[in-house]
Amino acid sequence: MAEQMTGAEMVIQALVDNGVEHIFGYPGGAALPIYDAMFQQDKVQHILVRHEQGATHMAEGYARSTGKVGVVLVTSGPGATNAVTGLTDALMDSIPLVCITAQVPTTLIGSDAFQECDTVGITRSCTKHNYLVKNVNDLPRVMHEAFHIANSGRPGPVLVDIPKDVQFALGMYLGPDEIGASRHKSYHPATSGDARAIEAAVDMMLKAERPIFYTGGGIINSGPEASERLRELAELTGFPVTSTLMGLGAFPGSNPQWMGMLGMHGTYEANMAMHDCDLMICIGARFDDRITGRIDAFSPGSTRIHVDIDPSSIGKNVRTDLSIVGDSGLVLEEMVRIWRTKTNQPRTEAIAPWWEQIEGWRSRHSLGFKNSDTTIKPQHAIKRLYEATKGRDVYITTEVGQHQMWAAQHFPFEMPNRWMTSGGLGTMGYGLPAAVGVQVAHPDALVIDIAGEASVQMTMQEMSTAVQYGLPIKVFILNNERMGMVRQWQDLLHGGRYAHSYSESLPDFVKLAEAYGGKGIRCSDPKLLDAAIQEMLDYDGPVLFDCLVEKHENCLPMIPSGKPHNEMILPDFEDDIGAVIDEKGRQLV
Amino acid sequence: MNAHLQPSGSAYFLAAETQKPERHTLSVLVDNEPGILARVVGLFSARGYNIDSLTVSETEHEKGLSRITVVTVATPKVLTQIKLQLERLVPVHKVHDLTAEGKALERELALVKVAGSGEHRVETLRLADAFRAQVVDATTESFVFEVTGKPSKIDSFIALMVPLGLVEVVRTGLAAISRGPEGM
Repeated sequence: MAEQMTGAEMVIQALVDNGVEHIFGYPGGAALPIYDAMFQQDKVQHILVRHEQGATHMAEGYARSTGKVGVVLVTSGPGATNAVTGLTDALMDSIPLVCITAQVPTTLIGSDAFQECDTVGITRSCTKHNYLVKNVNDLPRVMHEAFHIANSGRPGPVLVDIPKDVQFALGMYLGPDEIGASRHKSYHPATSGDARAIEAAVDMMLKAERPIFYTGGGIINSGPEASERLRELAELTGFPVTSTLMGLGAFPGSNPQWMGMLGMHGTYEANMAMHDCDLMICIGARFDDRITGRIDAFSPGSTRIHVDIDPSSIGKNVRTDLSIVGDSGLVLEEMVRIWRTKTNQPRTEAIAPWWEQIEGWRSRHSLGFKNSDTTIKPQHAIKRLYEATKGRDVYITTEVGQHQMWAAQHFPFEMPNRWMTSGGLGTMGYGLPAAVGVQVAHPDALVIDIAGEASVQMTMQEMSTAVQYGLPIKVFILNNERMGMVRQWQDLLHGGRYAHSYSESLPDFVKLAEAYGGKGIRCSDPKLLDAAIQEMLDYDGPVLFDCLVEKHENCLPMIPSGKPHNEMILPDFEDDIGAVIDEKGRQLV
Repeated sequence: MNAHLQPSGSAYFLAAETQKPERHTLSVLVDNEPGILARVVGLFSARGYNIDSLTVSETEHEKGLSRITVVTVATPKVLTQIKLQLERLVPVHKVHDLTAEGKALERELALVKVAGSGEHRVETLRLADAFRAQVVDATTESFVFEVTGKPSKIDSFIALMVPLGLVEVVRTGLAAISRGPEGM
């Protein structure tokens, strides 16, 4: 349906045609025509945020929990620059976003006009792709392409910068199919993997004696079917499964083959199994430095299969023996099919000694901690939160720091798309707005931001958004009055000199919640914790829960900087933690 | 320089580099659209790759395609990454490592300004003739030569001009194409 309309109307029509129901944004001078077009329709609901960074994290939470593209609309200049953190976050974690930024009129570009900035220049390195649309007749194609690029291949953020005069200009609108946006002339992401390589992978799996599945966010991105196929393949093979932070939920936390998360704060059994395995099957993960530890001592005896949709992820950080470029879901499906044609038995007997060894590592209980009757231990608080919400459809977001790692360790997931966290960029302030975005997509679900008192203050103002739209998010703040992870590293590396890592002049979170029009709850007594959590869950509206926890608890287990997987600090560690990391390791982050 | 050989500062890049850096010429076929050069150059600087030479021009007007020729120095592992990272850019159609694919033709053009008088001028012209450099501008006390060829030939010509009164040089950077009937 070719139809004449203004650029601003095209933006709205393109959103509708690409299945967008919600958009997170903040108006401003250059964006007014689009806002005016939005005002005159009711197909797309706009959520008014309090800061553009909040809009991007909301869109990320929305996208991660639904598999759909998250959409952001901001104005020129500061609107665009404030969105940069969230765009970078989405790029690092492969989250599909379309960010529409308004720009000063084409006639003023380059004149240092009011609220002008070089948006495409600034965002070139923090988007998968970006566009400056100077002609209204290019706008429909660019909008449809943006959605296609954001959500195909390795997903990521795409930015469309639209000058104000282009928003006013009249042009011909064409729909996504008429334009053929999915038939891009130079962008052709991989889909199914090479059949022979997949068969070779299965043959290697059939001979493995110490195998491990190392899975990541690529399985979540591929869609719920990929998680189903992973479960099927794990059952068929009998192999153990571990996952990165981004991949939690793809495999059920209750399954006996689940080893827990791997990496810097992963379980002892997962890291030891990675170190000692003879076959590593990496699916949709990218050998990030939090995962590998010391590269030259990483899993010395293993043969490695790497499945990834992004060819540049393969062989980037570590050697790979067999690479399969393709969508993890399709590759898993093919692996299941080929496995079935070759055998109808899991390799239970052949890998029994391996499992025995794994059980030995498990018996170290690396997630253990000393509980207390008088002080709430942060790990205990998360475990109680898990028990109180068990059986409900619960979505967890986090900020960044110790609480994030404790949540990953102590809050198991059964389903994909239930865990939203900032992995690659490590953005403090992600969790609260992400929870808002998740709640917009799932109005009846239970959405909890497991937070720290330092992180949550970075985007606290989005409480106001939650109240405005009646979004009953629960912000569960593990308040240790410290930037806990920074404090832990200062103990590890800097002689316990706590340079600016404690939270002074903290707000009264209960009063703050009330000031925003939400509910505040405070708890510092382990005996009252369950009742307080129940009170939070029973309240129909946004809650700030100020959970006062042990101040100097360390997040363990931990692979210290510069150490390999088999040199973890375990919770029963008694020596001086400041002496663990050597000179070389001190330089690392 | 050689940023990829240094500890990345991000984490755990403790493995000593065992591969030797090599000089390779990459040919990159891209859509001729605004910002494409910035994308390519930005990728090199953001990831710490080297650019020794860079040449860009539209090559197929009807299809809106440009060819970027970039000469880089990197270890084989990093060269693979450079190619794959370039291919991730949305407007990039193809990346060919001309050096890896066999002996490619490589040419560069330089304009060389030389000032002098007397015997120097005669010697300058004699050498220019040997290098098949053309005089494109002449005054009573100077010449501007146009010289084309492999970069090594141009290097030699410039080196010879130094004692004869070299004033300044501009070079186009490398243009390269594969031999034989196949196109990119």
